[in-house]
Amino acid sequence: MDFDINTLRGLATVLCMAAFIGVVLWAYSERKSKDFDEAASLPFADEDKLSQSGASINNKKEAQHV
Amino acid sequence: MSTATNTHYNYKVVRQFAVMTVIWGIVGMVVGLFIAAQLVWPELNFEPYLTFGRLRPLHTNAVIFAFGGSALFATSYYVVQRTCQARLLSDGLAAFTFWGWNLVIVLAAITLPLGMTSSKEYAELEWPIDILIAIVWVVYAIVFFGTIMKRKTKHIYVANWFYGAFIITIAILHIVNNAEIPVTLFKSYSAYSGAMDATIQWWYGHNAVGFFLTAGFLGMMYYFVPKQAERPVYSYRLSIVHFWALIAIYIWAGPHHLHYTALPDWAQSLGMIMSLILLAPSWGGMINGVMTLSGAWHKLRTDPILRFLVVSLSFYGMSTFEGPMMAIKTVNALSHYTDWTIGHVHSGALGWVAMVSIGAMYHLIPKVFGREAMYSTSLINTHFWLATIGTVLYIVSMWVNGITQGLMWQAVNADGTLQYSFIESVQASSTGYIVRLIGGGFFVLGMFVMLYNVWQTVRGTNAEEVKAAAAMA
Repeated sequence: MDFDINTLRGLATVLCMAAFIGVVLWAYSERKSKDFDEAASLPFADEDKLSQSGASINNKKEAQHV
Repeated sequence: MSTATNTHYNYKVVRQFAVMTVIWGIVGMVVGLFIAAQLVWPELNFEPYLTFGRLRPLHTNAVIFAFGGSALFATSYYVVQRTCQARLLSDGLAAFTFWGWNLVIVLAAITLPLGMTSSKEYAELEWPIDILIAIVWVVYAIVFFGTIMKRKTKHIYVANWFYGAFIITIAILHIVNNAEIPVTLFKSYSAYSGAMDATIQWWYGHNAVGFFLTAGFLGMMYYFVPKQAERPVYSYRLSIVHFWALIAIYIWAGPHHLHYTALPDWAQSLGMIMSLILLAPSWGGMINGVMTLSGAWHKLRTDPILRFLVVSLSFYGMSTFEGPMMAIKTVNALSHYTDWTIGHVHSGALGWVAMVSIGAMYHLIPKVFGREAMYSTSLINTHFWLATIGTVLYIVSMWVNGITQGLMWQAVNADGTLQYSFIESVQASSTGYIVRLIGGGFFVLGMFVMLYNVWQTVRGTNAEEVKAAAAMA
């Protein structure tokens, strides 16, 4: 078989398909479960640290208004 | 002093960009309203500076890059700090991106009405401004990725992946498409010619949609939807799969803007197929966002911010279904060059981009100004209904106009001559233009309601609260 531009195109398609399947298998592997749960909770991870100082100032303000 | 800065997020640049999001949003949309009025009353074309031809690029640049851009800067700087638990890499560089970006916008607002244009759609700005954009953008990338590198958290949250892809790809698109040969300070010509120039232009143009208006705003969605719904994203795994699929496929879809042109036929078909495949990763994101609300749907009854975010996802789903359909060559034969395209764009621009940005701003503005909530929740609700009604009127009128125009242009008599002259199709569109103007008016009115609400929120704060809000530990 001659290796021409069309063989290359075919190979590129196969490689892209393999990469996609690879990403899916990696993303849905049981091994990654804990990591992804951690990552998914990141938007909430800094809340405690923030709300304390912010809330205390706000409460002080409220108290002054009263 | 140094401890104080280290233990505080940089919210100053977020506040600046957030306020400018509202202001540039109003400016860009008022210009849009004006050119919509020009299509109803052509007498409103005041030569030479205020004609449709010169103001239309001003409208598109202002809403995409000034309004959308400011929203992306504000939210990306906010999200990257909060999810990395780290202050921005450099306050000075962050401030440079704010002033640099706003200088670009002001220069655009001056040069476009003067008729200075490189004539590439969504890349009209002339070469000195292009260079300024490139510099600001590289600094943006340094600040963003530098902040990710100094993160205190183990993982890089998915929103930052989307923001990162948006920043890198826009740099590449901007620099490649604006390769041009300057003739004078105010005039340049594209470095490419013919069909190649057109291909590169629409590789740029469609990926401005794909990465500026999609990936960037999906980054926004992946932070603000979970935050506002108070639950983590529905499937983190789906977010990874649809991220890689989306960025790998979007880059190929551009040729659907060039159906039935001098572009080689195979390239047109490739663009069509890739656009059709794009439905899958687009809907992956939409489903992931909407499903994040499962178990929290009752919140929609009381929370207009969440309504903005969820309706934005509905419009995102709708326009990413419509887009692939319109990329099919036979459908495109009917829809292309008609108002259907304008309706499709605004279903994405008003329904998705603007609504998700507005929702994110209502969430973020009280936080960065040290307030518990926005000044008025009922005004947010008012804004929500004005925006939704406005968008629906806009889209429906443009569908009707577009299909009418497409059918009239295609109609032929038995002897092969055209059944209608072009001006007859313009006359048939006049009612649609009036309805579109009304829809746009609703949307702009909503933005003024937002401005008032933001003004009242900001007015009620003080320096102490603002500082406390940014404290990290």
